[in-house]
Amino acid sequence: MSININVPDISTKLMEECVTKLKAEKVNLYYGSFQALRNITLDIPSCAITAIIGPSGCGKSSMLRLFNRMNDLIHGARMEGKVELDGTPIYDSKIDVVELRKRVGMVFQNPNPFPMSIFENVAYGPKRHGTKGSGELTEIVEKSLRQAVLWDEVKDKLGQSGLALSGGQQQRLCIARVLAVEPEVILMDEPCSALDPVATLKIEDLMRSLATDYTIIIVTHNMQQAARVSDTAAFMMMEQDRAGALVEYGPTAQLFTNPKDKRTEDYITGRFG
Amino acid sequence: MTTYSSRKISQRTAFTFLVLATVITVMPVLFIIIYTIVRGGGALSWSFISQFPSQAGRAGGIFPAIIGTFYLMLGTLVFALPIGVLAGIYLTEYARDNWLTRLINLAIVNLAGVPSIVFGLFGLSVFVLSFHFGLSLLAASLTLACQALAMVITTSREALLAVPREFREGSLAIGVTKWQTVRHIVLPQALPGIITGVVLAISRAAGETAPILVVGAAFLLPKLPQSPLDQFMALPYHLYTVSAHVPNMPKETVWGVALVLLIVVLSFDILAAAIRIKTRQRK
Repeated sequence: MSININVPDISTKLMEECVTKLKAEKVNLYYGSFQALRNITLDIPSCAITAIIGPSGCGKSSMLRLFNRMNDLIHGARMEGKVELDGTPIYDSKIDVVELRKRVGMVFQNPNPFPMSIFENVAYGPKRHGTKGSGELTEIVEKSLRQAVLWDEVKDKLGQSGLALSGGQQQRLCIARVLAVEPEVILMDEPCSALDPVATLKIEDLMRSLATDYTIIIVTHNMQQAARVSDTAAFMMMEQDRAGALVEYGPTAQLFTNPKDKRTEDYITGRFG
Repeated sequence: MTTYSSRKISQRTAFTFLVLATVITVMPVLFIIIYTIVRGGGALSWSFISQFPSQAGRAGGIFPAIIGTFYLMLGTLVFALPIGVLAGIYLTEYARDNWLTRLINLAIVNLAGVPSIVFGLFGLSVFVLSFHFGLSLLAASLTLACQALAMVITTSREALLAVPREFREGSLAIGVTKWQTVRHIVLPQALPGIITGVVLAISRAAGETAPILVVGAAFLLPKLPQSPLDQFMALPYHLYTVSAHVPNMPKETVWGVALVLLIVVLSFDILAAAIRIKTRQRK
């Protein structure tokens, strides 16, 4: 099945501003002989938060990691098809993966701040990318922490270890770390699954505030979360041989209130998953 | 109830044997240390560790042997540390998991099992003769470094593998290169483990007798080595000679040499343990 929608109808944003930021076309992904994704085709709009939902093991994370080539790190991973960022194929041999990941940052399921100070955690990316001046770094750190809504909580203890923060704060620190390298796309792999409800809501608010400037894709197994934060949603399921396939993709409101596919409806109404 | 009591008995029996085995393991170590201190403690004095030997080691001190052993440790460190750590990084972070890598890893593990005299012969034929380093501190350091490499690489690999994958991914996922990730995230995390392994490998090298026997250790030299191409004295070789080849050797002096060697080696082991404990506290 091939589902292809262009820019979804998003009331909060002007249609003209939206472009297709990321595009997957007929993608198959294999880990060795196991097929993890089958015939995935979808367009990710620039001005939206896209949620990828579906039961455990259906390939959500594999799909997310397609967009910054993190699957490359897995031994035996092999990809067929085409993935484009702003119309440029990112699996082309000429593409610099390091440069790609700078543009497409990623936040992980478990907060993974580096074992260094809060300041150094955020300054890490810019430093590696060549920002030297301490004044400039201080500016980037403050800006990124403010964007991640963490500044007020940590501004007096920037020298403390990032590991000393609470789980929710750690995750916002990781978001700040990504923001510091000024990406265009932020991939979030179940960013709240290790957090309590209050910390989860804070991250969701943060995502909404970032959505104006960044293309965000979030993988979540939490349907309420997808409904709360996303503008467009993709529902994935495993096929018989456990390969992940895209079942339905469209504006979140429509997917949740008026699903076109019976399987989507069953999943959303809680009949399985 | 009978089954319960029989289970209780087997539980007690197992416990007894476990404790017994542990005691049997610890006893010889303690016994060796205490016995060496008792027999050799009387020989220790400032002049013993600061003077040159006289009368074929029967009198005087063992200063040049102590210095020689420290030179050897330094030489081994200089060669084994960079090569071992770099190889460990390559094998852990870069090498693909294929048959060649597995073969190399197997070879490295087996390198540790090669008898040390074989390393000595290897050093003799390669470093002493083929490379024309002669019987020298340089040839001996290289020989011991070859032997220490296995342990340095293995412990480096273990330390690197212990760094959580999440740290690597977090770094790579914001467009940081692989080398920068290794250099700034992985290596600092693995460093305490690597240092511990290196220190242990060096302390083991310090205690080796067989390999240096054939590549440049001398029994009695009138002066300290002036260059890496000079011959040298070393504690284990000195101990071997005075205990086996010098007639009418005062026994207390022999044990005194053993005690000094033991102190040198154990102090490095304790240093390694201290590094490990200190870094564990910091986390």
